[in-house]
Amino acid sequence: MDWVNDVIQGILTGGLYALFACGLSLMFGVMKVVNLAHGDLAVIAGYVALGVIAVTHIPVLLSFLVVVPIMAVLGYVLQRTVIQTALDRSVLTTLLVTFGLSVVIENALLQFINANSHSLGTGNAIITSSFSLGSQIQIAYLLLLLFGVAVVVLLGLQYFLSKSKYGRMIRAVADDQEAAQLSGIDYRHVFGIAAAIAFGTVALAGIGYGMYSQFSPTTGTDTILLFAFAAVVIGGLGSLWGTLVGGVVLGVAQEIGSQISQSDALLAGYVVFLAVLVLRPQGLTTRRAQS
Amino acid sequence: MSLAAETTARSAEGFRVSRSRRNVAWTGAGALIVVVVLALFPYIVYSGTTTIMVQAFIVLTLASMWNMMAGYAGLVSVGQQAFVGLGAYFVLFLALHGTSPFAGLPVAAIGCGVAAVPLWWLVSRLRSGYFAIATWVLATTVMLFIEKFPSLGSGTGMSLPGLSSYGPTLLLAYTYWIGLAVTVLSLGTVYLLLRGRLGLVLTAIRDDEVAARSSGARVGLARMIVFVVAAIGCGAAGGLLAISQLIVQPSAVFSVQWTAEMAFAVIIGGLGTIEGPILGTIVYIVLQQTLASYNAWYLIVLGLVAILVALFARRGLWGLADKHLNVRLFPVGYWLRITGSAGRSGAMKGE
Repeated sequence: MDWVNDVIQGILTGGLYALFACGLSLMFGVMKVVNLAHGDLAVIAGYVALGVIAVTHIPVLLSFLVVVPIMAVLGYVLQRTVIQTALDRSVLTTLLVTFGLSVVIENALLQFINANSHSLGTGNAIITSSFSLGSQIQIAYLLLLLFGVAVVVLLGLQYFLSKSKYGRMIRAVADDQEAAQLSGIDYRHVFGIAAAIAFGTVALAGIGYGMYSQFSPTTGTDTILLFAFAAVVIGGLGSLWGTLVGGVVLGVAQEIGSQISQSDALLAGYVVFLAVLVLRPQGLTTRRAQS
Repeated sequence: MSLAAETTARSAEGFRVSRSRRNVAWTGAGALIVVVVLALFPYIVYSGTTTIMVQAFIVLTLASMWNMMAGYAGLVSVGQQAFVGLGAYFVLFLALHGTSPFAGLPVAAIGCGVAAVPLWWLVSRLRSGYFAIATWVLATTVMLFIEKFPSLGSGTGMSLPGLSSYGPTLLLAYTYWIGLAVTVLSLGTVYLLLRGRLGLVLTAIRDDEVAARSSGARVGLARMIVFVVAAIGCGAAGGLLAISQLIVQPSAVFSVQWTAEMAFAVIIGGLGTIEGPILGTIVYIVLQQTLASYNAWYLIVLGLVAILVALFARRGLWGLADKHLNVRLFPVGYWLRITGSAGRSGAMKGE
């Protein structure tokens, strides 16, 4: 029964990892930007949520109503200024600039706040309690909720991209920037919107991680970015639902690894990532290599 | 026809192809004098200065390797700390088995080069941004793997044995000289590699990868050589780090901060120029020493400056100097001068 429990816990954690990953995947799919500051932005969202809750006393589960718009605006502004300027230079420049942002954000958080760990909603019954399934399996309401949020976000993204006017524009720009521009689409604005959406999912991921575990200034790079990336590669580059598959596989691998020892959880996740890279570099869900 | 023979033949046709706009013999002489003066440092400066210089040697070695990867081969690695850490741990491992750390350092560097081959095979499947994060994941995986060995100190690390017989002054002087040797070797290797055939292939790839491939350039091999040489250089720097710190801790030697420092030094100094890392390292050390008492501030300032330079002065400080002053200490490109009746006097730059 132990391993059944591991698999169930892993699948549910995979929802959170998919939330980490889908923003990274979206920004690469549309703008060809690999945002190395992705994880640090999730940590910023966590700190913003802490601040919002401390000031307004809104329930932690509703904090996303404030944090997601803040991060979305930040995403639009950052894309229209720094990232777009870098994109106009070269792909290499966007990498250098987002790496610079990552280091600056992490050290600024260390300098202006502190290195302590924080978590969100520790006193909240829904977040900390769980229910039993049989005698062996305990399911946390929070993980179930986060998995549900991930599915809703992915469904929403898919619907938005395939059906809405802006979704069509985003796909057009991602397909052929020049042709889209000739048809009268302002690609910079479309890039900004895509970044706003990506940052919105990052905000959800940051709040989710804050409730699930603890975050500190270094969590963004040593955990969130690497997990998000592993999920993207395992699931298949450029595939939206692949991020959920990748997240689930990563989560299950970590849970099984944690049976050996706590430190083996991370190693097991990365070993699966490397195995996918060797055996199936195109990922589990896509047919041909897209990178 | 080899390139040298071709250029000789061309020069008979009223063209003259040279490495530089000016005679660079003085550069070689100047470099030699600088190295000799630097070698005498332990006799003439305070030990505090020597300690800072050892740190500068580490950063400069790392920066020159990162510059070769990102500036010439288009490989942006965020996981070079994998080789810094491996280099440090190889030195520790050899020291635990009775080899002097000074003798172990070259072995450690070669070991990193050997380890780089399978690691390259893993990450070479990915391009640009995904390559960058993959190297990062790889570095973390290597760290988690090393932490599995209790004999190497597990997650807490251990102090480096085998150096207690030296007095502190002598140890610092030896460390300094080894550091100087590592740096000179690294800069020399990078310069000669980029000046030679590999440099030409890399330039061809940078300009047009498809055209380079169809002309028979072995793109994958060229990139692999760069990756392996960079691993050797970073491994040597890691070994030097272990010797200068006398302790090896996984979270310290495998920290992504190493990559941040080498990348920022290169970007600020001038990406894709041989001189850039030297200038960038000087800026780095000055900033770090100035802001040393303000904790994380030096990385914040360094990061912001690097972002601004990457956005608005792509070839860094050296690029600005080159543009306005026409200086190049280590030319790796070619200059074509048209002389005599072949046309108006003028020069074309080819790199």
